[in-house]
Amino acid sequence: MSKTMEPDLHEPSAISGPGNPRKEWKHPSDHWMRGFILDNRAALGTLAVFVVMMTVFMIANPTVFTTWYLYSSVLTTLPVALFVVVPLVFVVTCGEIDLSFPATMGFASWVFALVVQAGYDPFLGIAAAIATGTLLGFLVGSLVVYGGLSSLIATLGMNFLLRGLIQIINEGKATALTSLADSWAYKIFSSQLYGIPVQIFWAIGFVVLSALLYNRHRFGAQVKVVGDNPDSAQQMGIDVKRVRVKVFVFVGIGAAIAGTFSVMINFTWWPTAGDGYLLPVLASVFVGGTPTWGGVGTVVGGAIGAVTVSFIQTGVVAAGLSGFYVQFFNGLIIILSLLGHKWNQARYR
Amino acid sequence: MAERIIELRDISKSYGQVYALGGVNLSVDRGEVVGLIGDNGAGKSTLIKILSGVVKPTSGEILIRGQPVTGWSAARSRDAGIETVFQDRALAVQQTIVRNIFMGRELTGFLGWLKVKKEIEEASRLMREIGFTSKVFTPQSIVGQLSGGERQGVAIARAIYKQADLIILDEPTTALSLTETAKVFHFVRQVRASGRSILFIGHNIHHVFDIADRFVVLDRGKVALTADRSQVKSAEDLINFMEDVAHPGGLPGLHDAGDPGQSAR
Repeated sequence: MSKTMEPDLHEPSAISGPGNPRKEWKHPSDHWMRGFILDNRAALGTLAVFVVMMTVFMIANPTVFTTWYLYSSVLTTLPVALFVVVPLVFVVTCGEIDLSFPATMGFASWVFALVVQAGYDPFLGIAAAIATGTLLGFLVGSLVVYGGLSSLIATLGMNFLLRGLIQIINEGKATALTSLADSWAYKIFSSQLYGIPVQIFWAIGFVVLSALLYNRHRFGAQVKVVGDNPDSAQQMGIDVKRVRVKVFVFVGIGAAIAGTFSVMINFTWWPTAGDGYLLPVLASVFVGGTPTWGGVGTVVGGAIGAVTVSFIQTGVVAAGLSGFYVQFFNGLIIILSLLGHKWNQARYR
Repeated sequence: MAERIIELRDISKSYGQVYALGGVNLSVDRGEVVGLIGDNGAGKSTLIKILSGVVKPTSGEILIRGQPVTGWSAARSRDAGIETVFQDRALAVQQTIVRNIFMGRELTGFLGWLKVKKEIEEASRLMREIGFTSKVFTPQSIVGQLSGGERQGVAIARAIYKQADLIILDEPTTALSLTETAKVFHFVRQVRASGRSILFIGHNIHHVFDIADRFVVLDRGKVALTADRSQVKSAEDLINFMEDVAHPGGLPGLHDAGDPGQSAR
């Protein structure tokens, strides 16, 4: 009998819990928890996937998954991904895609390496890297928006172009930056605090700020409207092209920070810096519950997606399986997540 | 004489070789309801797009309260106190009612952060004002869950939020039920009573005749007739006029004056 009282838009039991009888059901907005769950369906779904995955890993190998070292290593590299996953959620929400961020990471961190190598303070290098990222983001965005090109193809082209430029000039040579270890910038951005890598705090700060931008700022509001219905946005006086360029600039800034962080972890800049992030970062956005069609998305979900993707590789190996399984599990998690989100989200037209 | 809110002088718009509008003059005074009618392809949509700033005219002049404007755009049009309820309603259906009402006009405070609470309050007030009182929906409901009439309500709420001087209603009664149509009519009379103006575009000439103070008939990109209510006796007059304009010779069997020999030519 209680079953007939259940509302149509009921949550999956994995999230709200099966032992949660609802004797009387109120209006969606009446109960804060229900409202919270409805507003954050995608992010909570992603969290559920992550929890299930980690449970499986822990059962498979309890000793490894209870040692801090494993988490410490993930927390060192995860922030790099977070700085690009989050801006990409904005881009996908806006109805576009940006595949040029790996090259932007490489390019901006190259500028950082050049400034540091020339003997300047790393803070100046960070500023120069962010300026480079902003400029490249603006360039890529303008090309797509004002050139009227498909963002999928144009940003792919820009990725090859910029990476090629880096490789031509550097002829494949890396730059070692040993002086970084003594700098203040390293202590602030890349050391450890009570055994926890500090990068993660910066990354969490970035995620929180971006989530607020997405949900509580005019920028986020306009990004969603433009992704949802660009014609209407234009009719209501929103400068659609400007909003679109802005999201690419945001990716450029995020990629610059990510690239700089990755250099500071390794004390070395490689001409390939950022290359390995393309597919994991894209996967994180969609595993996180941001749909491909634009208009809606979730920053926090994307961040949880990045955590999930980061743990797959470490987890599979730590669970005692050979490295050959990593790709298989990557794919499995992506497909299962997509299926879960499709069932979890309603699409309105 | 009442204040002239907007005046179009000799407005033309061409898309390549095709002329959508060829020298249209149109004005709307404060407190009047202007009914714009015309057949498909008469240039109604283009005219609305020009008024709302979505499309720039190829030539001609736009005057707002007597002042010529430069750099006409959708944002400028809204800033000038002109709000448009588009035929397709121009809603983002995956967003909340609040986000649609404040689309392009977000209530922001410090550094562009949204005043979320104020937006929700204002949205509920607007929804009550236009008689959108369904208990099932809150300002934070997704527009995609609403019916056609309710969506029209959201579009109208957005148009009245800023106390616009002129509200353009593009085919507002299309695909609405009888009660919903009555609501729209009630709304139009409310706006007129408050001393503001409406440009009412409709296919249904009876609807336009019932509500408008002045009629403008558009035909093939030109104004074919401008008439005050006192000059038009019935909706049939308008219909006859439009048929005469569309088929200058008259249609056989429709008019007494229709001459089969002439129209067969």
